[in-house]
Amino acid sequence: MTVSQNGVFHQTYSSDQQLRPTSWQRYRIVLVFILIIVFPLLVGNRELRIANTVIIAAIGAIGLNILVGYTGQISLGQGAFLAVGAYSTGLLMHQGLPWWLAILVAAVITALFGIVFGIPSLRLKGLYLAVATLAAQQIVGWIVRAWDPIDGKTDGLARELAIPNTNVVLGNRLNTSEITFYVVAMIVLIVVTMLATNLFRTHIGRAFIAIRDQDIAAEVMGVDVFRFKLLSFATSSFIVGLAGGLIAVHSTIISFERFTIEVSIEYLAMIIIGGLGSVAGSIYGAAFIKILPEILREIGTIMTEQGWLDAAEFDLILPYIREAAFGLAIILTLIIEPEGIVKVWRDVKSYFRLWPFSY
Amino acid sequence: MHTVSMSRFDRPYLDDPPERLQLDVENVSLSFGGVRAISDVSYSCYPGEILAIIGPNGAGKTSMLNCICGLYRPQRGRIMYGRHNLVTTPPHHLPKIGIARTFQNIELFSHMTVLDNLMLGRHVHMRKNILQSVLYWGRAEQEEIRHRQFVEHVIDLLEIQAIRKKQVGALAYGLQKRVELGRALAMNPGLILLDEPMAGMNIEEKEDMARFILDINEEWGITVILIEHDMSVVMDISDRVVVLDFGLKIAEGTPDEVRQNPEVIQAYLGEEEPA
Repeated sequence: MTVSQNGVFHQTYSSDQQLRPTSWQRYRIVLVFILIIVFPLLVGNRELRIANTVIIAAIGAIGLNILVGYTGQISLGQGAFLAVGAYSTGLLMHQGLPWWLAILVAAVITALFGIVFGIPSLRLKGLYLAVATLAAQQIVGWIVRAWDPIDGKTDGLARELAIPNTNVVLGNRLNTSEITFYVVAMIVLIVVTMLATNLFRTHIGRAFIAIRDQDIAAEVMGVDVFRFKLLSFATSSFIVGLAGGLIAVHSTIISFERFTIEVSIEYLAMIIIGGLGSVAGSIYGAAFIKILPEILREIGTIMTEQGWLDAAEFDLILPYIREAAFGLAIILTLIIEPEGIVKVWRDVKSYFRLWPFSY
Repeated sequence: MHTVSMSRFDRPYLDDPPERLQLDVENVSLSFGGVRAISDVSYSCYPGEILAIIGPNGAGKTSMLNCICGLYRPQRGRIMYGRHNLVTTPPHHLPKIGIARTFQNIELFSHMTVLDNLMLGRHVHMRKNILQSVLYWGRAEQEEIRHRQFVEHVIDLLEIQAIRKKQVGALAYGLQKRVELGRALAMNPGLILLDEPMAGMNIEEKEDMARFILDINEEWGITVILIEHDMSVVMDISDRVVVLDFGLKIAEGTPDEVRQNPEVIQAYLGEEEPA
């Protein structure tokens, strides 16, 4: 059970509909903003690079959660959608577009791509739709391997697309200056978080959730189910396209290995562990999944330093340990708290609100 | 928008009051493969009345409602609501012409709060696009608040103030039925279709529900088509009754007429074996 703070009496509907009605909630968000600003000053370049991958993943996970968690349309095409965003950004930059405009246009292209692959959702649900979105994954993979719009070759050179050196903010390149990228990506994440949160305060967001919970009832309530499914695909893919664009400007070259089916599954793991149907949960899940391998690596380094493990051997088995750890994390989430990290955090808050009583 | 001075029973008008039109079901037949669910059924429902559709299990009552609200397409016949032919209207257009329904097995959005479920009933009346939605600024927020006021009137009428922020899935069955009625009312309909609103309820809950149905009919002026198995309820609150059996209409009339009808007695009680 979630407990809300006692003694809060709303007198207008607008105060009742606020996201953070109490002053404590507002102090907490100020605290989060201070942490966001102070964080890059406290840590080194390596930690900042990890933070940047977390931010990109969080944006992508919010996008996926709109589609899977809120609208209930399972997608295995996340990797493909990211790829469309990333490759479009790269290609548009080659055409001379500034990087930020390239990312925005790429996001729109990804949204259109999402609409096309959302069309099967008219007839297909659940696992069948998942398999249909798997087609997106295969098709994009094939296009990227077969077609090279840069030099016209068809020998798969486009698998590795070099990013032009125009990804510059105030004289710093986004793929070399981690701090510059941190600022840019964090702004995008904050904006996306706010927009996604607002979406679910309005009738469009409610229609998405209604489609997930009872699509026939939603239809009878006046929701044009197919149109709103496509709208969900578009919104979701737009945000995923932004994440893809950020991946592109964060890289020197992009290659398809970063957008495979494993990536799609990794993103599904993020939103399951973080919390399906929760914007905050997407961020927690992204942080968990991206930081977990770093922790494993850290443990491995300590073990090799202690001489318990051979360094070369460790590098060899690390990818397998990583996959196993992801699997274990998902299983533990499903057993212990199926609603994800966001529910754990909510329980913690409830506990302290009630303390010292148990209910 | 009038707020405080309204009585619990006054119907709030946020948008134009819905037209109350006559519903004419004309020679409707529906079959699934070889199974005839409805054969050549005709009846009318006049504005402002409570019409009950009764019949034994499998008589085609729910199929009838599904035909009216466009979930099933009858192979023959017309269903006219005023000038609208409902046979060709997609289900999601029905709220726009003022028809709302509830379901036999509760089909609420179980992960949403009571308030959000009711707000979804306002869906067709909301105009803002996705950009205004994500910004939640000015007009978009005002629209939400305006519709919230409407929904609060429904909450008052159905006496569910205490549970408005509760998740629907966690509520007791009787309350869920009430919330489902509220969601249909939030659509501001002229005609409401209730599929077994009292199934599985105890006496007190049934009395409450009967009172609410009479309230929305008499105070808000909504036409009601009701499917119900509890004959005492049907006979007490409905103006007219249509009886279906094996997809055929076997009787139509006031509760008293229907009660006397030999075919109805036979359908419900069976025929006595000739000795």
